[in-house]
Amino acid sequence: MLTLAHFLTLGALLFCISVTGIFLNRKNVIILLMCIELMLLAVNMNFVAFSRFLGNLDGQVFVFFILTVAAAEAAIGLAILVVLFRNRQTINVAELDDLKG
Amino acid sequence: MASLKTILILIPLLPLLAAAVAGLLRNQVGRAGAHWVAILGVAVSCFLSAWVVYLQMYENLGTVNISVYTWMVSDGIRFEVGFLIDHLSALMMLVVSFVSFMVHIYTIGYMADDPGYQRFFSYIALFTFSMLMLVMSNNFLQLFFGWEAVGLVSYLLIGFWFKRESAVYAGLKAFLVNRVGDFGFLLGIAAVLYCFGSLDYATVFSKAPGIAGETVSIVPGFEWQWVTVICICLFIGAMGKSAQAPLHVWLPDSMEGPTPISALIHAATMVTAGIFMVARMSPLFEMSDAALSFVMLIGAVTAFTMGLVGIVQNDIKRVIAYSTLSQLGYMTVALGVSAYSAAIFHLMTHAFFKALLFLGAGSVIIALHHQQDMRFMGGLRKQMPITWITAWIGTLALIGFPFFAGFYSKDAIIEAVHASTRFGSGVAYWAVLLGVVVTSFYSFRLLYLTFHGQPRYTVDVGAGDHPPDGVLQHAPHESPAVVTIPLILLAIPSVVIGYMTIEPILFGGWLSDSLTILPQNDTVAAVGEHFHGATAMATHALVTAPFWLMITGFVLATVIYQFRPALAEQLQQRMPRLHRLLENKFYIDELYQKLFISRTINIGNGLWKKADAGFIDGWLVNGSARLMDNLAARVRVWQSGYLFHYAFAMIIGLVGILAIWVMLK
Repeated sequence: MLTLAHFLTLGALLFCISVTGIFLNRKNVIILLMCIELMLLAVNMNFVAFSRFLGNLDGQVFVFFILTVAAAEAAIGLAILVVLFRNRQTINVAELDDLKG
Repeated sequence: MASLKTILILIPLLPLLAAAVAGLLRNQVGRAGAHWVAILGVAVSCFLSAWVVYLQMYENLGTVNISVYTWMVSDGIRFEVGFLIDHLSALMMLVVSFVSFMVHIYTIGYMADDPGYQRFFSYIALFTFSMLMLVMSNNFLQLFFGWEAVGLVSYLLIGFWFKRESAVYAGLKAFLVNRVGDFGFLLGIAAVLYCFGSLDYATVFSKAPGIAGETVSIVPGFEWQWVTVICICLFIGAMGKSAQAPLHVWLPDSMEGPTPISALIHAATMVTAGIFMVARMSPLFEMSDAALSFVMLIGAVTAFTMGLVGIVQNDIKRVIAYSTLSQLGYMTVALGVSAYSAAIFHLMTHAFFKALLFLGAGSVIIALHHQQDMRFMGGLRKQMPITWITAWIGTLALIGFPFFAGFYSKDAIIEAVHASTRFGSGVAYWAVLLGVVVTSFYSFRLLYLTFHGQPRYTVDVGAGDHPPDGVLQHAPHESPAVVTIPLILLAIPSVVIGYMTIEPILFGGWLSDSLTILPQNDTVAAVGEHFHGATAMATHALVTAPFWLMITGFVLATVIYQFRPALAEQLQQRMPRLHRLLENKFYIDELYQKLFISRTINIGNGLWKKADAGFIDGWLVNGSARLMDNLAARVRVWQSGYLFHYAFAMIIGLVGILAIWVMLK
């Protein structure tokens, strides 16, 4: 029998994986974007689970919004990435340290 | 009554209006417009003042005490503009506006070539307004307003030639020394307000006997009478304004201002404000023997020592300035022995003859192209007969030659001091008596050096615009009519005013409604017992000490400066110490320089360098900037620029906040 706890644990696991991905990834900005997407999906998982178990549709409405935003964000993120690569000939995260104080 | 009120308001307001027109619209009205409007304003107010005096003399106009405007009421205390017109203030109004009127006319000649012509007229008209407000006031606040306003105008006029460094310095000095006096004055007014709960003269004077026994302990262990404290504080203000030792140092330096100003402000009117004030406050001063003794001793010291300094001065205006100090000392002594009417009488005669002497000196200065040093004068009687004769008249009045104005007032003062039994009156008597020799000596020295003997200057047409001392481009000649007419008009009262007015002013009770004198202090009445008419007084003078002392001074001056010019030099060398002491004015300026000025400058420098530049700028302003700089230098290394570091910080922060939230829950 699947309980709410199972879904929440799955969401938390997905979130942790994506966070770890952001921390550990030193090579590729594309992977960073993918991690962010995963993070959003983890949140979506929680929303859907709560919606299902609490019998309330609000959570699912949220999910639609988040998916839309995530799509837009991915489009913009990839566009920025292309410009970045054109300017710097690299998408290596360890080399992108212009904000260093 | 309504028309009288209008007239009283017009008297000070017309000069103010004239000052505004001459000053603010100076380009529109031009030079002639400025002097016409100023002279007209002052002339009308002089005429109206004369009319008020006329009403008092012949129409039995009593004391008029009216309130014109209530400025504010605070905690039951009314701050008003109002006029108290009695015989004392009417007399002062007439003297002030008349001398001012004469000086206005004279200024046309004296300042003819000056670029600041309109400004000058604006200032002197403003001065007339301030002085009239001062003498007409019926409350302490307006008195203080006039007091400060005349001080301000005096400052502006001493520094009139503001491009000359010494003039700016002299103006500043006058202002600062007066601040010292004004501080005392303000404390005195505050004490009046505290004791009486009112600033109105009539209220204060009627309540005055009520605080006779009340004491205050300013320094623990010493009980002082309130009334003594009030009187001494007020008198400190008078010492500043009337240039009494040791606050006299500003007056000789004020001679940097144009000569008409020296005559009007620094001889005839403003410097007598202190004398007038003390006379006005006679109901208060009468209650404190201690304060009056203080007044008398200060006056005696000033009268004698400042005359001595006058002997060694070479600048013609400075000699007259020291003479003014000495004469103000005489008035102060008279106040100190309760002879207020004698002080006011001397104030009036002195205003005429001292204005005359100053304007005469100014006439000489114009003729010699602004040469003021008497060592480069001499023999001017031939070229300047009117100035010469009027200067003689002024001198005779000043030294107290019988029948001349100064004789009556000065003799009355000396007799009153003699009659007084107040503590210190013995010393004061000797001081004023010996002062007569000194006065006579320096006055004749001035006359001889300026008008008699051989010229000590040469005339050289090709000498250029700025010839050296003692060389003139043109031969001196008599001044124009705008200069000589005021001289003549002032010479007339210098001769006759004493003879005409001694009886009503001193012994006829003219001022008795303005002054309060306790019967046991009434020295003027004691003098009056021996008074049998002005003529008798003058002929009787031939057998009195002051007359022969005056002759002594005359003979000494004549021998030294007329017949044996070398003698002065020899005496100087015989007594080098005394000469140096007098030449340096008893080293009082140097003393102040050492005691106060250099210390103030040191404190100022210390505050500037240590407190302001060091602490505030160095620590508070730049210090906080430095702190942020250091802090930022340390914190900036945290900004690695790597995305994962920022993400890590965000997550850790989030976890931290959540942890706190959970724990607090």
